[in-house]
Amino acid sequence: MRRFLAFAKKEFRHIMRDPRTLLILFGIPVIQIIIFGYVVTNEIKHVPIVIIDRSHDETTRLITDRILASPYFETVTNTNTGKNIHQWFKKGNVRLTVVFDRQFGKKLIKSGVAQVQVIADGSDPNAARLMVGYLSGILAQAQQEINKQYGMVNPVGIESRMEFNPELKGAFMFVPGTIALIMMLISAMMTSISIAREKEMGTMEAMLVSPLHPLQIVLGKVVPYVAIAFLDAVIILALGQVIFGVPVKGNLVLLLGEVILYIILSLSLGIMISTMSPTQMVAMFISLFVLMMPTILLSGFIFPIENMPEALQWLSLVMPPRWFIIIIKAIMLKGAGLMFVWKETLVLIAMTFAFLLISIKRFTIRLE
Amino acid sequence: MSVDRQNSVAGSDPVVQVRNLTKRFGHFTAVNNLSFEIAKGEIFGLLGANGAGKTTLIKMLCGLSRPTAGMANVAGYNLITQPEMIKRRIGYMSQKFSLYEDLTVQENIRFFGGIYGLSKREAIDAGNIMIGRLGLEKMKNRLIGSLPLGWKQKIAFSVAILHHPGLIFLDEPTSGVDPVTRRQFWEMILETAGRGYTIIVTTHYMDEAEYCNRVAVMVEGNIAALDSPENLQRHYHVANMEDLFWKLTREINGSVTKSIQP
Amino acid sequence: MIHIRKVYKSFGEVNALSEVSLDIQDGELFVLIGPDGAGKTTLFRMLVTLLVPDYGSIEVNGLDVVENFRQLRTKMGYMPGTFSLYPDLTVEENLEFYASIFGTTIRKNYDLIRDIYKHIEPFKKRPAGKLSGGMKQKLALSCALIHRPEVLVLDEPTTGVDAASRKEFWIMLKKIQQEGMTIIASTAYMDEAVRGDRSGFLHQGKLLMADTPGKIREEYPYPMYSCRSENNYALLQAIRAESSTATALLFGKTIHYSPVKEDFPVEELMSGLEATGKYGRITCEKTKPELEDSFSYLSKGIERSETQSGMTE
Repeated sequence: MRRFLAFAKKEFRHIMRDPRTLLILFGIPVIQIIIFGYVVTNEIKHVPIVIIDRSHDETTRLITDRILASPYFETVTNTNTGKNIHQWFKKGNVRLTVVFDRQFGKKLIKSGVAQVQVIADGSDPNAARLMVGYLSGILAQAQQEINKQYGMVNPVGIESRMEFNPELKGAFMFVPGTIALIMMLISAMMTSISIAREKEMGTMEAMLVSPLHPLQIVLGKVVPYVAIAFLDAVIILALGQVIFGVPVKGNLVLLLGEVILYIILSLSLGIMISTMSPTQMVAMFISLFVLMMPTILLSGFIFPIENMPEALQWLSLVMPPRWFIIIIKAIMLKGAGLMFVWKETLVLIAMTFAFLLISIKRFTIRLE
Repeated sequence: MSVDRQNSVAGSDPVVQVRNLTKRFGHFTAVNNLSFEIAKGEIFGLLGANGAGKTTLIKMLCGLSRPTAGMANVAGYNLITQPEMIKRRIGYMSQKFSLYEDLTVQENIRFFGGIYGLSKREAIDAGNIMIGRLGLEKMKNRLIGSLPLGWKQKIAFSVAILHHPGLIFLDEPTSGVDPVTRRQFWEMILETAGRGYTIIVTTHYMDEAEYCNRVAVMVEGNIAALDSPENLQRHYHVANMEDLFWKLTREINGSVTKSIQP
Repeated sequence: MIHIRKVYKSFGEVNALSEVSLDIQDGELFVLIGPDGAGKTTLFRMLVTLLVPDYGSIEVNGLDVVENFRQLRTKMGYMPGTFSLYPDLTVEENLEFYASIFGTTIRKNYDLIRDIYKHIEPFKKRPAGKLSGGMKQKLALSCALIHRPEVLVLDEPTTGVDAASRKEFWIMLKKIQQEGMTIIASTAYMDEAVRGDRSGFLHQGKLLMADTPGKIREEYPYPMYSCRSENNYALLQAIRAESSTATALLFGKTIHYSPVKEDFPVEELMSGLEATGKYGRITCEKTKPELEDSFSYLSKGIERSETQSGMTE
């Protein structure tokens, strides 16, 4: 035990004395959550739009008011010709155009049907889809108002509500994703690099010759990172809550328990990588290409798994972050208990044992 | 004292003339007010521990690093005002042989020939002469990386003098090389000096000092002694260069406490 | 006692060691000398249980390095070629760490390392990475000694260290030896071969000779002359061109020259050469071979027996 403590103490010293390591361990989580939260957001706000109103009647004015009252849109101009639309789109001054035809109000009241033309900047398809979606919602609401006003029967009205994330905030997705990413980064990459560094410096040689059991070496290396990764998870959760209002609806103890499970899983992956890498360079590359890229691309963090080709969907099944993200989203956003996430938890446990087994097998008592 | 007597060279114009040369890094003086001369055709050795200032001195003389104070004339050019001219007139080989491991012998020769300003024709001719002299005909198309260390070193040396520089700087050229190969390398240096080249070489192998015409023993940025190995041994009453080095670093210039400064 | 019995080791195609046998007595200071790539590190790693021989066996103080590796690891002190210090930890922290992983404390064995450690103790708060080569070496030795091992294995402990510190280091080893420790150290510096009780010469994975320095020199088969001239390089070529010459090597300002036959008229040859006027005055005197002459002879022997090496291709 004393030996193990000495080892862990030494590991903490390495971490505390290297500014770069400290930056990765504490700077990156904070920076990343803020970047994802603010910058890489898929919400849209203050979209510049042009309203071409060729009718200028009460109804078009009402609809226009409703559009501008929403936080999503703001007008560049309100005009009655569509002459320069193309130019505006090209310059990027305008991303959405709403065109009311002549005698829009009359047609609507007379026949109950009138056309609104919506032209969106399709160069960013995701944003375009969202903008049109928001606009349709506003139009539908406005229509109901108009119908009421003129004592007309409402056709089927759709009243949609986004359960668990009523405002469709991107942070709700990014906070769980960032936890998955950061835990993987710290636990797997940092441990594999730090073990590889000892190999490179030759200190591993001296360590192996000592009476230390390989398990003691590995645990001594890993324990400080468990503590730091856990601390990071708490920091990210707190930032998510304070800055972006991402709630933890479920049981906090269960959530943190799952976080620890995932940390251990990532660490066992890190140890496995270190057994394969003779140098820090190799450890870094394996971590980046085998862990980080798939975590970002295949875990459903950024790209929905349902939209992937089937082969990639299958591949995503072996990505630990995929399961972890499902679990923490369920706990944080839906308030789900273990009852609802036990299957995913079991998958993570099974993976942890598999990786641990492989790395203990591969972690040799000698140099070969 | 012999140090003063031997600082300048008699006869023909010296190839290197150093006057009060100093290099400081912050508060640390790496090279402290050195003055000496080196004659044409001489093998001049610089001895010293790591950090004694050998490499700093050589870097300055090559025009790679600007002195803090003092002046020097190297190969007929002023070190302060014409460092670019000096670079063209000297050959340089460091402990990390600067050959490309993934290029063949011949490709390396052509590449470095080009760098040193030889025309394509000249580079090919000089390369062929060199390949002939070293007996490399069968190996000229092999990758440098596949050759034994001894060969790499000889080729690196030959490449460094491809442009007939007249003055050659060798910075720990034999570091990490086995004794047999080292001896072969020194034969090559002697042969080159015999053809009129001036050679300045740093080493931490004391036995290698005995190949030099004169050696300067550097201790903490100063030249603690400068003379021929024979004269130095006689003057300090020691049997070999290792004992001389011991005497200069542990007994004369440094007390025990001084010697243990990290 | 260290018993090394017919040990073979290869890595893929490369034969790192072939049929190495060697006994080292208790309390002996043994120096293993050989060029880079001769197999010194491989042999040492097997000694300290880090590698397993392909064939053959190694016993250290009655314990087999493969079977009893765990017991052996507490009894050995090992200083790898890279010094194995943590550059970001201070001198004291490094020593403390090595003491604790061997389950001991600095205080318990301080008397053993005092003479070495006192040189670096004034700098004990300094990170190990900021020490000079000589200081690092002393710290690494202290770390390897801190658990009072029975056998000390030092892999090229003097590489990258200045000449004066190297000399100091061997003086320290002599002192440690007096504590009854068995020490085996490797070096690539030929001049250090004389520092031990016995030296072994490892070349291309084969142990060519293991004996006292005096004995090794005695076994040199040719007469030895030390010659000087005013143009040594040219003289060397001329001597080598003679068919009667066994070897001629340059040692600083002298040529170590061995004719094949004991009764070869060296003076005759030299006065003939002198008469050409190319070499100035030539003087030759009979002398004893240096260890390096012997090693050079031994290594040439092995190169002769192999058809062609990379160098002569």
